[in-house]
Amino acid sequence: MPPPSRMLLSGDEAVALAARDAAVALGTGYPGTPSTEILEAFAGLGCHAQWAPNEKVAFEVALGAAFGGARALVTMKHVGLNVAADPLFTAAYTGVSGALVVVSADDPGMASSQNEQDNRRYAVAAGVPMLEPSDSQEAYDFTAAAIEMSERWKLPVLLRLTTRVCHSKSIVHPHEIPGPPAPPRFERDIRGRVMIPAYARPAHRRLRAKLAEIERWNESSPLNRRIDGDPAMGIVASGVSYVHAREAAPHASFLKLGVTYPLPMELIRRFAAGVKRCVVIEEGDPYLVESIRAAGVSVEGKAEMYRFGELNVARVRRILAKDTSPEPAPPAGKPPQLCVSCPHRTVFEVLRKLNCIIAGDIGCYTLGVLPPFEAMDSCVCMGASIGVGLGLRHVLPPAEARRVVSVIGDSTFVHSGITGMVEMVYNPPATGHVLMILDNGTTAMTGLQEHPGTGRTLNHEPTGRVVFEDLARALGIPHVDVIDPTLDPAALEALLADRLACGKLSLIVTRRPCLLAAGRIKEYERAAAGRESCETSAAQGRTDGE
Amino acid sequence: MANKVVNVVIAGLGGQGVIKASDILADAAFRAGYDVKKSEIHGMSQRGGSVTSDVRFGEEVLSPMVPTGEADFLVAVAADQVESNRHQLRPGGVLLTAERIDETALANRRSLNVALLGALSVHLPIPEADWLEAVRANLAPKLHDANLQAFELGRSAARSGKV
Repeated sequence: MPPPSRMLLSGDEAVALAARDAAVALGTGYPGTPSTEILEAFAGLGCHAQWAPNEKVAFEVALGAAFGGARALVTMKHVGLNVAADPLFTAAYTGVSGALVVVSADDPGMASSQNEQDNRRYAVAAGVPMLEPSDSQEAYDFTAAAIEMSERWKLPVLLRLTTRVCHSKSIVHPHEIPGPPAPPRFERDIRGRVMIPAYARPAHRRLRAKLAEIERWNESSPLNRRIDGDPAMGIVASGVSYVHAREAAPHASFLKLGVTYPLPMELIRRFAAGVKRCVVIEEGDPYLVESIRAAGVSVEGKAEMYRFGELNVARVRRILAKDTSPEPAPPAGKPPQLCVSCPHRTVFEVLRKLNCIIAGDIGCYTLGVLPPFEAMDSCVCMGASIGVGLGLRHVLPPAEARRVVSVIGDSTFVHSGITGMVEMVYNPPATGHVLMILDNGTTAMTGLQEHPGTGRTLNHEPTGRVVFEDLARALGIPHVDVIDPTLDPAALEALLADRLACGKLSLIVTRRPCLLAAGRIKEYERAAAGRESCETSAAQGRTDGE
Repeated sequence: MANKVVNVVIAGLGGQGVIKASDILADAAFRAGYDVKKSEIHGMSQRGGSVTSDVRFGEEVLSPMVPTGEADFLVAVAADQVESNRHQLRPGGVLLTAERIDETALANRRSLNVALLGALSVHLPIPEADWLEAVRANLAPKLHDANLQAFELGRSAARSGKV
C-alpha cells in the first residue's frame, strides 16, 4: 500500500516518520516534555526504539550505533542535553561513520521545565551543525536533511525543536528518502575515535575544517529561503518564530534560516543590504542577532523583555513596533495538582507533619511544593535531591540536619540518583541521612513511560529490572525499607520518624503504582504472563516430540 | 472562505478531553481539505490544571497559535474556564459552553467534549461526513456509539438554537 500523500502530524510524529522513512536503525533517548512522543511514535511505526536510563547513556548508545555505520537518532528535552553534553562535545571531534541526529527539544516559556535555556548555544559550543524546523513538514524534511548532512560530513547534527514545533500538528507530505549507503559494519579507526590528546588535537582541526566547509555550503543551501516582499522591512527568522513573523508582517521580505549553525553570513549580509530595515525575530537568547552583529552586519534585535517566554504573533507585532510597554498578564488558570488519591499525597502529608526539610526532585511529585502540602524546599535538576540533601546535612546544626530528607521519584532515581546514593555511602553526614524513593512504577510526569526500574522496555515487554532496595543493600546502606504509603500512612510516619532519629543512612522506598498507570501495568503483566505460558508449552511440545 | 483563517480555542481542565476534542476538530478540517494547524501545551496540564488547545484552519495557516483576541470561537468544556479565556475571543466571537447541553441525555457523560464539537459544527464549513469520520478515527471503536450520539445531541441542540 503506498503511504498517504497528506497527513496531519505533530512535529514529534513527523521526526519519527522521517526517521522510519530514512531507515534509521536505532532510536534512543530519555523521556522529557516536549520530546517524548518522538520515540513512542518511532516504536509505533515498528522501528527499534528504546528508553535509556538517561540522556548521556542514550547519546552514547546512539554514537556507538553511528560508529558502526548505522543511522541513529537520539532524543531529549533541552535540559537533557546538559546531561549528554559530555559525549556531545567529543563526538564532534570523533565524528561518525553512519549518521547521528541529536534532537534537542527546547521549552521556551517553560511549559513543563525548570529553565528555558536556549540550546542553540550548544551547537556553537560543541561545533555541530544545527537545523531548526518551523512546522511538521520541516520537521520531516529537516530530519532527512540532518541525516544527509551527518553522512556527508561525518558529524553529529543537532535538530533543534521547540515546544510549539514538537506539539503543534500541521500537514505533512511524506516523500521518498534515500536509504543508508551501506549496511552497518565495523571499520577500525583508532586515530579517529580514540580521543587521547595526541589524536584529539588533529581531530579538533578536522572538525573546524568541516565546519568551514559546511558554512560555505550553507550559503547556497536550499534549507534557507528568501521570500522577497516589501524592501522597506526585512525579517531574519528561524524555527517557529518564522511563522509568527510571517503572520505578523505578511508583506515584509524574509530570510528564513533552516541551518542556523554555521550561519550563512554572506547570504544574511546581502539580504540585510537589500532592505531598508532588517529585524531579527528569534525566541529566547539573542543568538542570531549577536552572531550577525559580530560579523559586522547591522540588524535590529528585540527588546530584552521579549527574551522571556515564548513568542507569538502579538509579541512579534510589538517587537516590530518597538513597543516596550508592559504586556497584559494573561488571566491565571487553574494550576495542576497531584491527583486525588495519588500515593505521593500521603508521603507529602507525612513529611509536612514531621516538619522535614525536603530536598526535592523533578517529576509529578514536584507538585508537592504547592498547597496544601508546600512540602518541598528545593528542586534544581534531575537527581539533585540527593546531593543537595547531603550538602545541607553536612553544614546545618545537628538539630536541623536531622530533619533533612531527600525525595526522588523512581525514574529520576535511575536517571541521576544512583551516583547520589553512592556519594551518600562514600561521604555520609554525621547525622546520617534519609533518602526516599517515591516509586510509582512509571515515569508519570511525561506520560507513563517505562524505565529500568519497571522491568519493562519502551514497548512494555519484560526485560531486566533494577531493584532499588537491592542496589541500596549492595552498597551497604544499613536501613532499607519498602512500604506502601497508601495502605498504612501511620506506619510510614512511624518509620520515617524512627529513621530520622537513628542517625544512620536510610533508604525508604514508598511503592505503590501511579493511579493512571495501575490498570495498564496489570495489562502488561497479564500479557507477559500469557506469552510466557505459551512459550513454556511450546518448549514442552518440542521436548515431547523429540 | 478565501484567505480567511478560522480560529477556535477549546478550554477546559485536564482529563476533560480538551486535547481529544481539538484532535477531532483538526482532523475534520484536515479531511475537508483545509490547511490546518493545532497547538497546545502538554505536560503539567494532565494533572487537573487548566488546558487550552488552539485549532486554526483555512487556505493557509501560519502561526500554530490563535493570536490573543482573534478567536472566532471559544469552546469551554468547563464552566469555570470561561472567564480566564474570554480574552481569546475577538469582538463578536462565539462562546460555546456546556450550559445548554442536556448532560443527562448523554450516553456517556465523558463525551461532553464531543457534544460541544457537535454544537460547534453547525457554525463551521466542514461537511458532516468529515466530522463523523474524524470522531471515529480519533476514538477507540468501543467509544464510537456514545460519541456519535453526543455529537448529534450537540449538533441538534445548536440547530434548535439552544447553544
